Amino acid sequence: MATTQTLTPAMERQRNARLRRGLLYLVLIAIGLAAPFVAYPVFLMKVLCFALFACAFNLLLGYAGLLSFGHAAFLATGGYVTGYLLASYPGLTPELGILAGTLAAVVLGTLFGALAIRRQGIYFAMVTLALAQLVFFVFVQSPFTGGEDGLHGVPRGELFGLISLRSNLAMYYFVFAVFLIGFAIIQRTVHSPYGQVLKAIRENEPRAVSLGYNVDAYKLLAFVLSAGLAGLAGSTKTVVFQLASLTDAHWHMSGEVILMTLLGGVGTLFGPLVGAGLVVSLQTQLAQSPLGNWVSVILGLIFVLCVLSFRSGIVGEIAKSVRKNFK
Amino acid sequence: MTMIFGVPLAVFMGQLMLGLINGAFYALLSLGLAVIFGLLKIVNFAHGAQYMLGAFAALLALEYLGINYWVALLLVPLVVGGLGMVIERYLLRRIAHLDHLYGLLLTFGLALIAEGSLVNLFGVSGSSYPTPAALQGGINLGFMFLPTYRAWVLVAALVVCLGTWFIIERTRLGAYLRAGTENSALMQAFGVNVPLLVTLTYGFGVALAAFAGVLAAPLYPVSPTMGSSLLIVVFAVVVIGGMGSILGAIITGLSMGLIEGLTKVYYPEAANTVIFLVMILVLMLRPAGLFGKET
Repeated sequence: MATTQTLTPAMERQRNARLRRGLLYLVLIAIGLAAPFVAYPVFLMKVLCFALFACAFNLLLGYAGLLSFGHAAFLATGGYVTGYLLASYPGLTPELGILAGTLAAVVLGTLFGALAIRRQGIYFAMVTLALAQLVFFVFVQSPFTGGEDGLHGVPRGELFGLISLRSNLAMYYFVFAVFLIGFAIIQRTVHSPYGQVLKAIRENEPRAVSLGYNVDAYKLLAFVLSAGLAGLAGSTKTVVFQLASLTDAHWHMSGEVILMTLLGGVGTLFGPLVGAGLVVSLQTQLAQSPLGNWVSVILGLIFVLCVLSFRSGIVGEIAKSVRKNFK
Repeated sequence: MTMIFGVPLAVFMGQLMLGLINGAFYALLSLGLAVIFGLLKIVNFAHGAQYMLGAFAALLALEYLGINYWVALLLVPLVVGGLGMVIERYLLRRIAHLDHLYGLLLTFGLALIAEGSLVNLFGVSGSSYPTPAALQGGINLGFMFLPTYRAWVLVAALVVCLGTWFIIERTRLGAYLRAGTENSALMQAFGVNVPLLVTLTYGFGVALAAFAGVLAAPLYPVSPTMGSSLLIVVFAVVVIGGMGSILGAIITGLSMGLIEGLTKVYYPEAANTVIFLVMILVLMLRPAGLFGKET
């Protein structure tokens, strides 16, 4: 049956915007599919894992306005649990290991979130940082993490027991699929009614409370989602690199993910992807140059510059100039 | 030998003393954080780096300029505090009108720069700072041996903490500071130079951190990373105590040090984590912190 409904200009604009967005996604997916033939797959996988990590973090900071300084704990928990399970139970397939790691991060995220949302703003950041440091010490002392050495030689295994992930190309497409799933969850969350309420809480929490929203429940769910996706990123990363180490649990990592998000654009869907790509490329490039030891200084400088004069991030600035010039 | 719950008295008291010293540093640092937070409303993430800079400045001054401990104790806080004022005037002030989380991020970046640079210049392994001649040796208290330097650190930290309390609660300058904390726009309308007050406050908070750094130099290895791990514990202490009260910060700092010391005696595995566990407990029972106001 043909639709005879006439479109108002506003609806038409909305439909066009949706079409344009759909087209953009298709182009990006095509780029993602072709990428391993142009660039080194291991590097791309690293970018994708950190991009998912940053997107998860951005869900919390950009859309709920909560600055977590402890997201490394979720990345590391996902990584360690997956790494430990895959290394100790050779029959376990990688997707189950990743699922278990993600679940562990969800559980930890629920605990952290329930505690941290009891305080606001700056205290929230300090509480999450302190809790993550607690997790760091637990990982240092626990026997199953291998302490300072970390876990090595985690097998990649066979996906669903069928497809061997030993080749980097197969591994890449798996990571790409994981990233797309994670990104789709975030995209869906942000554009759902739930996401709208989250943004309302970010903009004016007392008003959201007075409108009758259970603000704490909304925040907690955002925290758990973000933690789970960060855990998914960590689990996938462990399978890719076949190791889990304390670096992932260190507070430097929590800082790095903030930087990726800030540089790319807080509260934009693609910002964290761009930011993660830039930071990971920078680290890779610097590691091979004489400036290799100065990475943290350079990251610190970028941090300061971003905060002082580039607060919308790359994607945010582009979006702003598009809005200004093409309207 | 006298035993306390199966631990020799001397060991018990020794650990308690170590805990109290740590507590003195927690108190000094959380006090500085509280002073800065009160007026600027930002959490100074560079506090640990500034503490570390204090210790490094003392070490370098001794090695290259021959400046002794006592002069350093006075000079280093002034120099590092001055650096803090420059940071406030040219960096923090530019973002003062924004969400205060940006202040946290900016100072985090500064901390990364300071720590990373010193790691490259001096390496991660620490060097030691000699205990000043006048404070070497120790006193035998009968039940334990008390090194003179530790006793001095405790006294000095307490004097500075209480002095800060006195300045803020009992002097005219302190009254300005407290009024600025309540409502800085109104203060400015009354003709008080609030921007200058903000710069001085930040400088003072940083100077406190640097002072703690100089005090710590003969006790702990002086290394570029000595500040960051300490700062995270201090953050937990601040969450436990709340940043609303000066005396609260001092009491919380000291008692957390003692709890840490006790844990080291009876369950050393948890010594690193006990303060974080206390923080969790406080968050569950009294979310605003022990001395915090309900918001």
